[in-house]
Amino acid sequence: MSETGLRDSSLHRHLPDRLEGRGARLVKSWESLLLAVAIAIFVANSFASPYFLNAWSLSDATFNFTEKAMIAFAMAMLIIAGEIDLSVAGIVALASTAMGAAAQFEVGVPVLILVGLGTGLLCGAFNGILVTGMGLPSIVVTIGTMSLFRGISYIVLGDQAYRGYPAGFSWFGQGYVFWVISFELVLFAILALIYYVVLHRTSFGRTVYAIGNNPTGALFSGIRVARVKFVLFLLTGLMSGVAAICLTSRLGSTRPSIATAWELEVVTMVVLGGINILGGSGTIPGVVIAAFVMGLVTFGLGLLNVPGIVMSIFIGALLIGVIALPRLWTLWRQR
Amino acid sequence: MADAGTPVLSLKDVTKTFPGVTALDAVSLDLYPGQVTALVGENGAGKSTIVKVLTGIYRPDGGEILLDGAPVRFASAQDATAAGITAIHQETVLFDELTVAENIFIGHAPRTRLGLIDWPAIRARAAEILDRIDAPLDPMTPLRELGIASKHLVAIARALSVDARVVVMDEPTAALSRKEIEELYELVERLRGEGRAILFISHKFDEIFRIADRYTVFRDGQFVGAGRIADVTEDQLVTMMVGRSVDQIFPDRDKAPGAAVLRVTGYSHPTEFDDISFTLRRGEILSFYGLVGAGRSEVMQALFGITKPSAGTVEIEGRARTIRSPSDAISAGVVYVPEDRGRQGAIIGLPIFQNVSLPSLGRTSRSGFLRLAEEFALARDYTKRLDLRAASLDQDVGTLSGGNQQKVVIAKWLATKPAVIILDEPTKGIDIGSKAAVHAFMADLAAEGLAVIMVSSEIPEVLGMSDRVIVMREGRQVAELEGAALTPEALVRHAAGIGAEKAA
Amino acid sequence: MSGFLRSREALLTLVVLALLGLIAGRFPAFVAPGNLAGVFNDTAPLLILALGQTVVILTRCIDLSVAANLALTGMVCAMLNAAAPDVPLAAILALAVAMGAVMGAINGLLVWTLAIPPIVVTLGTMTIYRGLIFVISGGEWVNSHQMGASFTGFPRAVLLGLPVMSWIALAILAGFFLFVARTPLGRAFYAVGGNPHAAVYAGLNVGRTQFWAFVVSGALAGLTGYLWVARYAVAYVDIAAGFELEVVAACVIGGIAIAGGAGTILGTLLGALFLGILKNALPVIGVSPFWQMAISGAAIVVAIAFNSRSALGRGRIILKRAEGAA
Repeated sequence: MSETGLRDSSLHRHLPDRLEGRGARLVKSWESLLLAVAIAIFVANSFASPYFLNAWSLSDATFNFTEKAMIAFAMAMLIIAGEIDLSVAGIVALASTAMGAAAQFEVGVPVLILVGLGTGLLCGAFNGILVTGMGLPSIVVTIGTMSLFRGISYIVLGDQAYRGYPAGFSWFGQGYVFWVISFELVLFAILALIYYVVLHRTSFGRTVYAIGNNPTGALFSGIRVARVKFVLFLLTGLMSGVAAICLTSRLGSTRPSIATAWELEVVTMVVLGGINILGGSGTIPGVVIAAFVMGLVTFGLGLLNVPGIVMSIFIGALLIGVIALPRLWTLWRQR
Repeated sequence: MADAGTPVLSLKDVTKTFPGVTALDAVSLDLYPGQVTALVGENGAGKSTIVKVLTGIYRPDGGEILLDGAPVRFASAQDATAAGITAIHQETVLFDELTVAENIFIGHAPRTRLGLIDWPAIRARAAEILDRIDAPLDPMTPLRELGIASKHLVAIARALSVDARVVVMDEPTAALSRKEIEELYELVERLRGEGRAILFISHKFDEIFRIADRYTVFRDGQFVGAGRIADVTEDQLVTMMVGRSVDQIFPDRDKAPGAAVLRVTGYSHPTEFDDISFTLRRGEILSFYGLVGAGRSEVMQALFGITKPSAGTVEIEGRARTIRSPSDAISAGVVYVPEDRGRQGAIIGLPIFQNVSLPSLGRTSRSGFLRLAEEFALARDYTKRLDLRAASLDQDVGTLSGGNQQKVVIAKWLATKPAVIILDEPTKGIDIGSKAAVHAFMADLAAEGLAVIMVSSEIPEVLGMSDRVIVMREGRQVAELEGAALTPEALVRHAAGIGAEKAA
Repeated sequence: MSGFLRSREALLTLVVLALLGLIAGRFPAFVAPGNLAGVFNDTAPLLILALGQTVVILTRCIDLSVAANLALTGMVCAMLNAAAPDVPLAAILALAVAMGAVMGAINGLLVWTLAIPPIVVTLGTMTIYRGLIFVISGGEWVNSHQMGASFTGFPRAVLLGLPVMSWIALAILAGFFLFVARTPLGRAFYAVGGNPHAAVYAGLNVGRTQFWAFVVSGALAGLTGYLWVARYAVAYVDIAAGFELEVVAACVIGGIAIAGGAGTILGTLLGALFLGILKNALPVIGVSPFWQMAISGAAIVVAIAFNSRSALGRGRIILKRAEGAA
């Protein structure tokens, strides 16, 4: 390993671009470990229940994560940049309520879509202005707007519900593009690809990592930190709007309690996917695999008739465990 | 040794390592009652590590600490305080939200019989200590309402609030005016008279010879020598400190400045600086000298678009420019290598090539899409010019030494092809080899026609590198020196405001 | 005194008084002493939890698990009472405090020893604690007829014109004034949150101080769990769902800086009272209770924005002229 001869004093020596090949990095990565876990769960599930290995039930299982994962992609970028948005579920509720209200005027499907996306964008912009324009901490701001957005849904709906969505609207949450491949699954895949390219292949994505690693250093490097963060809040709002469209279409109704506690599941998905909660690192493929892991766990437990609230214990434990285990391991090794 | 009696505190073969670095390598240090021991060493010699070991912040990996000849272990800062060791730290480690009195006593506050904090006692004793050091402060003032010098007095009062046998002073005069420094010397003499052992850390030689009885020299984390100040000359001390002959070698330069590149007129800020005007030419190195906190970095950060000036104009290459953000500054051709490398300069968690390309992403990418080959090419070019030592361009910047990190930061800026480069304390905290490389490189840049501004507090560096020097004091430009007028005495006199005391 | 008049607490007192005045203008009965005492009693759980949350936020942390902690402890107390009516009330109170403290300690240990961000830890434990209620209760309710008379009667017993629940809140409030102002741990909360770096130099253990803040917060949540279940004489999985946000809102409105190290007990009291009065006044002035969530959300946002504005402009002062003026 002559390459590592750091004390070599020869002048103007040539520095290699990389020491490790991509293959070596891939094998050692968090994503590979996660993929192994996903496969293990898959195998375990197929032994645990005879109903698991069925194209239609697997297809159903994807609805457990597709909508949340769409939000998780944007949330991943936001968390990498060192911010967080806990109001996403509130945005889903408000966007769904707005669409429900619009549907009462018998507008067409395209208008409903625009209302859903527009509400998401507005909410994202509101968070973004508070955080980047006024310099407020995103955790508390979005704890506040989480109640505010959902609270507006409660004001509008109270204990009522919106129904009566136009017939064509149900396709987004219930339609299939091909055989067992749902529209949501296709949208999930397309969005995963787009977010992968944006985060890992564009200069915008690079600045997101720079900001998350060191916001001051990024500012001193000429990056318009506030503007980038604002865009990320917008994107998170927009994706919450997209998720609201899919979810509302799938359920066919809107109550103010829609998507309750989703923020927790989205953050868990992101953290499980290997995104550092303190910002600066993580990948989209990691989030994609984490989405499958969570979907498979939920589906598997569902087949075993474990109630939803008990599953949330697993999710909570997963969230803490994923961060705690590597740290425990380092502590233990230092002994 | 016999003349000094027995040491109250001794370190024997103390070692402290961090991942990848040996900060202290079996060093020894003796402190005697009623004596001031100066600890001398360059940045990175291990001075601040020793302070942290003495005050219980770090636990040494090897060796022992002897108090009155008996080995002791400090598990926390409170243990060290209880053993009678107290410190005045270089950085103010105080609490803005608490009052002066509480800042003095937090961690060892007097208690009532019920175990509750005894506020009347705290107030009374704080007033007494402040009185003892002639600090005109109300103990009940919240600390955040005080200026830097007053905070320093609180830090001193805190150190004196325990009946300390050992007082550690880590560069205590760095932020003080000449008058305040004299008052500090009186205080040190009083403490010495009371029989306390004092460890005085400084790299100002006039100060060491003025105040210290003994010296100990560290270099690169190792013990080099110790003895009585009376038995040593300044030259000998410097030789021990740097490990080679005294004269620092600065590159020879042809001084032929060209056309004006940057013209700053009446530049002012509400609280940080006032009425700064200067012109910078191509191929020139202009230095800003002053005490720490004189407002030099603040001027530079305003020029770079970090803070907003309240008045004044900036002309770059003949065009008036309004700089509202660093990206404005970069596109106008002004770049800034900050003093705080870890926080403002490098992006520690990203690899070298990504650091270098960061401000130039517009050029290395095509319609927003990254082109890694271009990024590597750019990084390769500029890191080679700077003689960067690393394993690969994909290595995280955080794993590099301070000097090499600085090279990455400079490479990053050169890659933007600037007209003006501002270097803020460019050699602070880097080893002597990298220092010379940075100096040589600055000379090269100037020779290539770049206009260079250097902010520096090191007189030899300022004298050795500059064509011209602007001296700042308390946010104002107080002198412009060049040629024969540029002497160490003149720099110190203007920076400290000697002879201008009445005017201030 | 002049210091107080310029403080955030003085402004908040004015806001609370103005709110009362506004309501009294149209519904004088609202400010009758008896009704105000009722409002305070309703606000007692919020106040107790907000006091615990205050010390957590002072140390730069946040505890989102308090409502789940409350609900789990409440369920355990109720189930214990239903299964073993002979267990004395004192034992139930001790159990509630201890259980809550243990749950707080779990949060604290994860933050202290593993340095996991408090928001992640408490988001996680929030769902775990809430899920455990379902596991132990099987989703069943514990109703008033299953609880003993002394169990449900204690918080409601009237002593010198106020229910015991109010007295407990007042006692804890008084205790907190003393705790925060006069004990080394109380002062350490401020020091650790204000400047963790300097706290190390002062010999304070940052992680341990944060741990104790979580224990305090957890113990109070546990105590409130019993009080809540006994007062409303019912326990089920979803009691106090979302209450953690109201608790954080009370602190933020009371001026507890989310960045840590700044804020007062008086501020928290005022923040809790503000929300409590609002909540009780909404039905009186004829606004649907569905407005409450949006109003507390908006109050959080306004309060943070206001707090940060008053913290602005504390830059470095170099010019002598400016130091005199500032």
